[in-house]
Amino acid sequence: MSKKQLRNRLLQMILVLVGISFLTFILTYMAPGDPVRTMYAATGVMPSEEEMNQVREQMGLNDPVLVQYFRWLGGCLHGDFGTSYSFKKTVVELLLARLWPTLKLALLSMVIMLAVSVPLGMVSAVYKNKWIDYLVRGITFFGISIPNFWVGLMLMLVFCVMFKIFPVICSGGDLQSLILPAVTLAIAMSAKYTRQVRTAVLEELNQDYVTGARARGVKEWKILWCNVFPNSLLPLITMLGLSIGSLLGGTAVVEVIFSYPGLGNLAVSAITSYDYPVIQGYVLWVAIIYMVINLIVDLSYHFVDPRMREKR
Amino acid sequence: MKKKSFLRKYPTFAFFLLLAVLIVLAAVFAPVVTGGVSPTEGNLTNAVMPPGKDHIFGTDKLGRDIFTRVIYGARTSLTSAFTVVAIIFSAGTLLGILAGYFGGLVDTVIMRISDMMIAFPGLVLAIAIAGILGPSVKNAIIAISLVSWTKYARLARSLVLKIRNRDFVAAAIVTGSKTPYMLWKYMLPNTITTLIITAATDIGSMMLELASLSFLGFGAKAPTPEWGLMLNEGRAYMQSAPWLMVFPGLAIFIVVVVFNMLGDSLRDILDPRDE
Repeated sequence: MSKKQLRNRLLQMILVLVGISFLTFILTYMAPGDPVRTMYAATGVMPSEEEMNQVREQMGLNDPVLVQYFRWLGGCLHGDFGTSYSFKKTVVELLLARLWPTLKLALLSMVIMLAVSVPLGMVSAVYKNKWIDYLVRGITFFGISIPNFWVGLMLMLVFCVMFKIFPVICSGGDLQSLILPAVTLAIAMSAKYTRQVRTAVLEELNQDYVTGARARGVKEWKILWCNVFPNSLLPLITMLGLSIGSLLGGTAVVEVIFSYPGLGNLAVSAITSYDYPVIQGYVLWVAIIYMVINLIVDLSYHFVDPRMREKR
Repeated sequence: MKKKSFLRKYPTFAFFLLLAVLIVLAAVFAPVVTGGVSPTEGNLTNAVMPPGKDHIFGTDKLGRDIFTRVIYGARTSLTSAFTVVAIIFSAGTLLGILAGYFGGLVDTVIMRISDMMIAFPGLVLAIAIAGILGPSVKNAIIAISLVSWTKYARLARSLVLKIRNRDFVAAAIVTGSKTPYMLWKYMLPNTITTLIITAATDIGSMMLELASLSFLGFGAKAPTPEWGLMLNEGRAYMQSAPWLMVFPGLAIFIVVVVFNMLGDSLRDILDPRDE
């Protein structure tokens, strides 16, 4: 990526972030439910309407919406995402505490996903229309159609309730409490990714150079690992970047099932308690994480594909 | 007569079409299928009964028959998934065609919005939107539609752009075809096949997303028989009454498999390039 492209990309990222922040802000602004009431409901005392109005004035909730938006945005730029209504902590504090567990979960499930789907996809492509290909395709088909929260619940039923191998509440943060949520997330994603690996490898296998190499008597495994696989990496990396989006969305559901202390779980409980600053912070943070990862993905083309370096 | 031979020519499609029709019929005629049992009213003396003769899928904590609720749940799931697909299909196609046909400012605005949506994990935004709007099936539909239309807009736009500068389009404009006629008679037919394929394959995944929203508590509300919600309610009784979770989950799974297969086989028929 040239410097100019990089600049354009960063500019676009900033535009998207501004758009997303505005969207979430407007949404929370229009939302039913009164944050001041929620705040007091959490403490258990209900002050008079007058006092609540005073608090609203203090918190700036009576200002016009655009004023509120820019005040909030200005704060965000200084690293101040506001204070949670129900936890009495700053949003940054809350999100930071949950960030690492979620990243850990996402990383582990991605490792599992790659370990499963790359070999399966390659085998399925190489033995196209043989029984093993049909088997793999059948499995992936079911994998796509299974709701991942149901998989999570069933795994929990089998491994936590019936065999008691893993804890039911995975809030410990150790590897043992990480495995089931990670596997749950990995199952749905591996199914999708295996299909993509298969398609990408098949496409490469149909290229002329493969026929050429075969004609010259190059060993089949050598063609596969030294030519075909590196060449199909490019589309695979792009898809990996994109699938991180569904991963980040999927973590919310899985974290709730396993009571895992991650960002998604925090967001869901924030939504049910009308804790707007936390919701806004969550959406923005996830957007940033996703975009940074995809920027890294685009930059990595540079290293994976020499053609990109020459094409300035 | 013609229809018969079509179905015979594509047995997979015919098979899954039959299954899909059966599912739809079961949903439409739910009162007949379940023998008139109410899905929302239970008898507390029958609470949490395991699957047996009287209740083949068992009963839940309020004594409601799970089989009845699963069948009625198909109504909620099917109508909401079809609604979402219909909304994103028509809105996305319309905006995409407009963007591709007119270009310029229209194109920039529509595509920048779509860029914004694509640069962002959809389910996260959908959770936020559905949660903030308040839990209801309608809001879940709005949330998922808002984040999913962009795919169709992009597809429609790229398909329109492919033919926009062809001679026959220019000729049609020169001979005095009005803009709405151009859009309707030239642009739409050109995009519709690909978009229908996409829509058909999307029904299953939309159903899954709707169910996950309901599962999180941002979709259907309490007495409504909805599969995601039933799973959520059954979660607390995992140890003592696993059937509360098993059957709604199986229902989602089977219906999604059928609609995914239907979509796939439709793609194979309409899009022979893929083979």
